[in-house]
Amino acid sequence: MTSLDSSVEYGDVRELRGPLLVVRGVRGVGWDEFVRVRLDSGELRHGLVLEVDRDLAVVQVLEGTEGMDPGGTWLRFAGEPLRVPVGLGWLGRVCNGRGEPVDGGPPIPGVTTAAVAGQPLNPMLREPPADPVLTGVSAIDALTTLVRGQKLPIFSVPGLPSLELAAQVAAQATVGAAAFSVVFAAMGITHADAATLRDVLEERSAAGELVLLLNTADEPVVERILTPRIALTVAEHLAFGSGRHVLVVMADMTSYAEALREVSAARGEIPARRAYPGYLYSDLASLYERCGRIRGHAGSVTVLPVLTMPAGDITHPVPDLTGYITEGQVVLSAQLHARGIYPPVDTLASLSRLMRRGAGAGRTRADHLDLAAQLLAALDRARQVRELADLVGTAALSQTDRAFLAFEETFERVLVHQRRDEARPLEETLDRAWQAAAVLPRRELTMLSAELLDRHYAPAHAAAAAERRG
Amino acid sequence: MTGRLVRVVGPLVEVDGLSGATMFEVVDLGPDGIPGEVVAIRGGTATVQAYEYTGGLRPGDAAVGRGHPLSARLGPGLLGGVFDGLLRPLAGAPVRLAAGAVRESGPPGSWPLTPCVEVGALVEPGDLLATVTTAGPLAHRVLVPPGVRGRVAAVAPAGPCAGDAVVAQVGGVAVPLTTTWPIRRPRPSAERLDAAQALRTGQRVLDLLFPVARGSTAAVPGGFGTGKTVLLQQLAKWCDADVIVYVGCGERGNEMADVVADLQELEDPRTGGRLTDRTVIVANTSDMPMMAREASIYAGATVAEYFRDMGYDVVVIADSTSRWAEALREFASRTGALPAEEGFPADLASAIAAFYERAGRVRTLGGREGSVTVVGAVSPPGGDLAEPVTAQTQRFVRCVWTLDRDLAYARHYPAVSWSGSFSRDAERLGSWHARQGDPAWARRRAEIGDLLAEADRLSALAELVGAGALPGRERMVLLAGRLLRESVLQQSALSATDATCDPAKAAALADAVLAVADRCQQLVDAGVPAAMVEETDFTPLVRAREEVGPDDAAGVRAHLETMLARLTELLP
Repeated sequence: MTSLDSSVEYGDVRELRGPLLVVRGVRGVGWDEFVRVRLDSGELRHGLVLEVDRDLAVVQVLEGTEGMDPGGTWLRFAGEPLRVPVGLGWLGRVCNGRGEPVDGGPPIPGVTTAAVAGQPLNPMLREPPADPVLTGVSAIDALTTLVRGQKLPIFSVPGLPSLELAAQVAAQATVGAAAFSVVFAAMGITHADAATLRDVLEERSAAGELVLLLNTADEPVVERILTPRIALTVAEHLAFGSGRHVLVVMADMTSYAEALREVSAARGEIPARRAYPGYLYSDLASLYERCGRIRGHAGSVTVLPVLTMPAGDITHPVPDLTGYITEGQVVLSAQLHARGIYPPVDTLASLSRLMRRGAGAGRTRADHLDLAAQLLAALDRARQVRELADLVGTAALSQTDRAFLAFEETFERVLVHQRRDEARPLEETLDRAWQAAAVLPRRELTMLSAELLDRHYAPAHAAAAAERRG
Repeated sequence: MTGRLVRVVGPLVEVDGLSGATMFEVVDLGPDGIPGEVVAIRGGTATVQAYEYTGGLRPGDAAVGRGHPLSARLGPGLLGGVFDGLLRPLAGAPVRLAAGAVRESGPPGSWPLTPCVEVGALVEPGDLLATVTTAGPLAHRVLVPPGVRGRVAAVAPAGPCAGDAVVAQVGGVAVPLTTTWPIRRPRPSAERLDAAQALRTGQRVLDLLFPVARGSTAAVPGGFGTGKTVLLQQLAKWCDADVIVYVGCGERGNEMADVVADLQELEDPRTGGRLTDRTVIVANTSDMPMMAREASIYAGATVAEYFRDMGYDVVVIADSTSRWAEALREFASRTGALPAEEGFPADLASAIAAFYERAGRVRTLGGREGSVTVVGAVSPPGGDLAEPVTAQTQRFVRCVWTLDRDLAYARHYPAVSWSGSFSRDAERLGSWHARQGDPAWARRRAEIGDLLAEADRLSALAELVGAGALPGRERMVLLAGRLLRESVLQQSALSATDATCDPAKAAALADAVLAVADRCQQLVDAGVPAAMVEETDFTPLVRAREEVGPDDAAGVRAHLETMLARLTELLP
């Protein structure tokens, strides 16, 4: 079948419902095709074909159907699924959730284009992730190291500074000397947050290392379905076309999933858990799995989704299915936040499954992995001691048990806590980790070799430093 | 027979004018020839489940029936290979798997063939025609296919044989080196045999407590982060089967890349070859088309039966069956089928049962003994073990290895829960172990189980009243429970000495803890304060699993002697 003549305009709109539009009399329209919708007012909207049935097409309108009138709506089908321009022209730009510039600049140059749906990566040609992305955030670098090609989400609850943390990572992250870019897809965020975000990321943007896609909370919900796809398509080409290491931040994925649910409900699909569609897993996977490295290519795509767990429920479908797909998670804790710790990372609940591949000798530092394992074991013990102390009182604790409580305190204040604009070098992060470890008696550090202890263990220094930093 | 598309909704495509189409026939859709399968026929309209991204498919596009059901190509190129959900080779496929990019078969290849029949011989289904040598140590047997019998009219000479060449003419039928088999139809066997030989997994908690027999079935339910994939990968690496079929069904691409790399590096302890040479990988990562996930499970089972028929013990590992069930649900909802629980189709239970029923130890048509053991991961949403896929799976499998989130958070790996798991094979395997020279196996299993249950009961009590308030004997039970967990049940997948464990070493470790537990009770009975026993350094016992080699039972006993001597010093 020959390609469709996109000059044909169809106007026989039979139905408008929620974000959906049904048009009759179409010919040669393909599934998932991109649609331009013209209103009599002259306004232009956009859509995607969700179903074609003989001469009927069901179209999801990205900007919503508000103000549309069946008699004054005209559709042109693009003849193919949506493609966006790709290449270095995106760097330094700020666009809306559909990828249209909102920074007053010219349209993104479109010599090369790519389909936003992406294509699965041949698993045989994936290169297992290695080497870290250094975020300058101690809690992440030290204990849940982000690895190039990994997908590592931030799980948050409403009210916690997850967006701030994501923005800080986006602003600070580096991969040593190699070329690095950040694609930030913000979905459903407030105008205030959007302004802060632009502020924090300004330097990176000016350096031509950032692509910012902004869909604010009052902008069309359904267009969020497109935002992460555009971000990932752009990122893939920066990575595998231009050899850059690319970090894609997607915040907030819960807002994305809501858009998906809204379309699904409008279509009358049979809902699965909490009224989310049954294909939520596959849909999320089609985004997150676009991270990785490819054999024989220099670049990498690392994905950092941010999501809020409604009512803090980790079994909610969005965090739950995300956890099944991603390689670990960084969990934020309301208790730490209440104690004034930033970033409030719950290190025991957090995990980077690929850390072993991205940290250690030749990647970060030789002592890193053992030290991280020791800190986690000590934190677990400290948690048990704290539970015991709640029952029997601190006074009844042994000397050793009290050392573990002091360790936890130092760990939080000296290692985890940092300023929102503070980019901590890795060396400093690991040295601070040793300061925390040094609060414990040497005999309790059973997971560290005598050699490492001889080199790094310095209890007096730790006490002094803890004093100074308070 | 060419039809025309009339409706496209994601993977669901309706086609008019496919006259003569049969159920489950493969249909090529549109200009790229995207494969699909006929799943319903009503009037002149066939409903087709498409196996690739249907973006751009439009009403009016052509649909061509292939005249046969969805089939797997079975031949000597399978071992060491990586395939997609429809069993098409991924080696040689492009980086980006666009619709229509993966071909049905790679280059035919060539293998050294040794004929095993004379022209004129009378042969029956399953009889041996020839063997070919593949990369691994396994002899690849070319058999008379089911339904073919008669005199051998011709047989290929010894020497290189192309993958698509004919090996023999039998009863007027050409038997090629690479055959095809419809993936949804179980391959026939002569009779089912008792599943009463243990499959040694190399994982102590399984081999000691929840053993699985060759030809049996096991399910591994576990929420995310409980170490499901690591446990299954350990099985793939270390269990003592001849062939492993690893079906990565809707799982992570990076993990798949990892498995492939690992298997290529690791040595098979039994043969000295590479582990990859006994493995077939079916990879449908979660970014690959969802509907192929549905087919991948059956493709894996078919490959397993193919090697079973050659007389081998095969293990199919499916990670994760929940993704397969989601594909069933997704398509059922597109067809407008009435949903049952949580939107899953009403025939979910029978689909799960049918899949696990492809397991079994059999006498093959050719009179050999072979087995297919099926191990399926289940990923319960929200860790809810009452959800439909987990609940239905538990009805049909013989073993359940439940992974426990609390154990995983405490970094107790493998996080197999002793209270939430079961093995219906254990009793029969007890007598098998006795015949194999380990008559104490069943008693040991019972003692460990009792001790763990008693320790769990007491630790719940201790959380209320404090361990110090318990009598000495009970504190020793708590201590023994901890020692069992740390010295026997925990196993480090990353340690060269501990990743796999020989049955003799597993037995020695378990016996060592039981002996130490006994000695501790004796000490308390003799008046040694419980706290003094608890504060003893048990390192020689706890470190034994990592400090001696995977098959060094004597080394474990030496550690036990050190430990017992240390405890004896506590006597006044």
